[in-house]
Amino acid sequence: MSHMALNVDQIREDFPILSRKVNGKPLIYFDNAATSQTPQSVINTIVDYYSNYNSNIHRGVHALSQEATDLYEASRQKLQEHFNAKRAYEIIFTSGTTHGINLIASGFASILTSEDEVLVSALEHHSNIVPWQMLCERTGSQLKVIPMNEEGELVISAYHELLSERTKLVFVNHISNALGTINPIKDMIAAAHNFGAAVLVDGAQACPHLKPDMQDLDVDFYVCGAHKMCGPTGIGILYGKEEWLQKLPPYQGGGEMIDQVTFEKTTYAGLPHKFEAGTPNIAGGIAFGAAVDYMNAIGFETIASYEHELLSYATEKLLEIEGLKIYGTSDSKTSVISFNIEGIHPYDIGTILDKMGIAVRTGHHCAQPIMDFYQIPGTVRASFAFYNTKSEIDALVEGVRKAKMMLS
Amino acid sequence: MTIAEIQADIIEEFSMFDDWEERYQYMIDLGKTLPLIDEKYKTDDHIIKGCQSKVWLNAEMNDEKVVFTADSDAIITKGIIAILIRAFSNQHPKAIIESNTGFIDEIGLKEHLSPTRANGLVSMIKQIKMYALAYQTQIN
Repeated sequence: MSHMALNVDQIREDFPILSRKVNGKPLIYFDNAATSQTPQSVINTIVDYYSNYNSNIHRGVHALSQEATDLYEASRQKLQEHFNAKRAYEIIFTSGTTHGINLIASGFASILTSEDEVLVSALEHHSNIVPWQMLCERTGSQLKVIPMNEEGELVISAYHELLSERTKLVFVNHISNALGTINPIKDMIAAAHNFGAAVLVDGAQACPHLKPDMQDLDVDFYVCGAHKMCGPTGIGILYGKEEWLQKLPPYQGGGEMIDQVTFEKTTYAGLPHKFEAGTPNIAGGIAFGAAVDYMNAIGFETIASYEHELLSYATEKLLEIEGLKIYGTSDSKTSVISFNIEGIHPYDIGTILDKMGIAVRTGHHCAQPIMDFYQIPGTVRASFAFYNTKSEIDALVEGVRKAKMMLS
Repeated sequence: MTIAEIQADIIEEFSMFDDWEERYQYMIDLGKTLPLIDEKYKTDDHIIKGCQSKVWLNAEMNDEKVVFTADSDAIITKGIIAILIRAFSNQHPKAIIESNTGFIDEIGLKEHLSPTRANGLVSMIKQIKMYALAYQTQIN
């Protein structure tokens, strides 16, 4: 084993929120796939920024502006290294995953024609379906769906059949938010490239669990948000290959994204500023770097191995409950368990668990097509992070048993 | 009984419960036992879509009083619906318009009327008031 064992008691000390109580009970936070908790080091970075550096970046000659700019750009470099992008300016700061997706969809509006096709996976989050529907309505191109199977995996043979010379874009999530399935994106990207199609990967659910390598994946665009990987909300990145980013038009007009402005013509700034109009979330960008530092100090292999242990333990314990069914049973999945108990509405289970201080997600997880596939109104979703423990899972199992008893 | 009297009764009943478990068990039992709506009204015309649970609501005028029937696919939501119907159904529209839902806070169920829950109950109460307003206009 190349990684160190994880000391969860010590790690929990880093997260102030984990010591609070909910409904009089110690908080058990199993909604990590929606947002992760924030370690003190990241909180400190935000406090430090507003206490010592707060100013506008990239445009002041004064010391504060210079220092803030240095911190912000140092964070971009940190993210470049983390994601192994070839160049720092291939990392565009966004407000989050959804922003990155919309930026690309908007850019492709000027490229796509009614002859073209866009492929989107059946495992997508709404934010990854709606922009493409809007794009296809605008350009007249066709939206086609890569189907899923009962285990919650994409049907790769169907994907190969859908790919053709008409395919211009493929959109797939690295990991499904509703089910936790890890999609074989490296192979999918290579297959798309054979037809000259670009691939955008939604890495929102992957980045908290693994370290995606942009050059190794050979992905064209990759998006994620800081708030699922121990960072603050309102900040994320879009990675784009330089040649693609040069080709796409700017997304929003404003300050920062321009080179020369006259009333006749404006020339745009170079990368990355072309896509970063207006004053960005500076503190967020800097804190995103601190979050990546925090996670790298623990190590992604260590994190993945520990989370896998939690997943196996929870899966085994939950399946002991009669009538409990898990949705998303791929061998290749992250620490997410989506489940229902026969005859009980997920909302009712979530409500009872909340009374016991256990935070889970209930509902369709913004992935209605997946719920329609299984013909269910939604699921209860428990998602684990590296700061969760087996004893918390025991409490969840006990809570689910109690909910079942009260509700049946 | 007036709406205020019924609400006072409900508050008194809930004050006998020691903890959340008893309170929720009572609501769950209410949700299980009451036939709340005629199946023929469980259509899209009567649906109030929440993100989390669905609510169906029907209103009829009977002898200058509004009779509400409703249902939900989630049982805790249904239990709360039973309480709301007990408080607001079979009342004069004017009384419904002038009433409030503060008693829900007092019986410790406030969180269920929060918009973040997206369970359809907030919209259901709005809808109850809308029906009352519509029937009141008819009477006038």
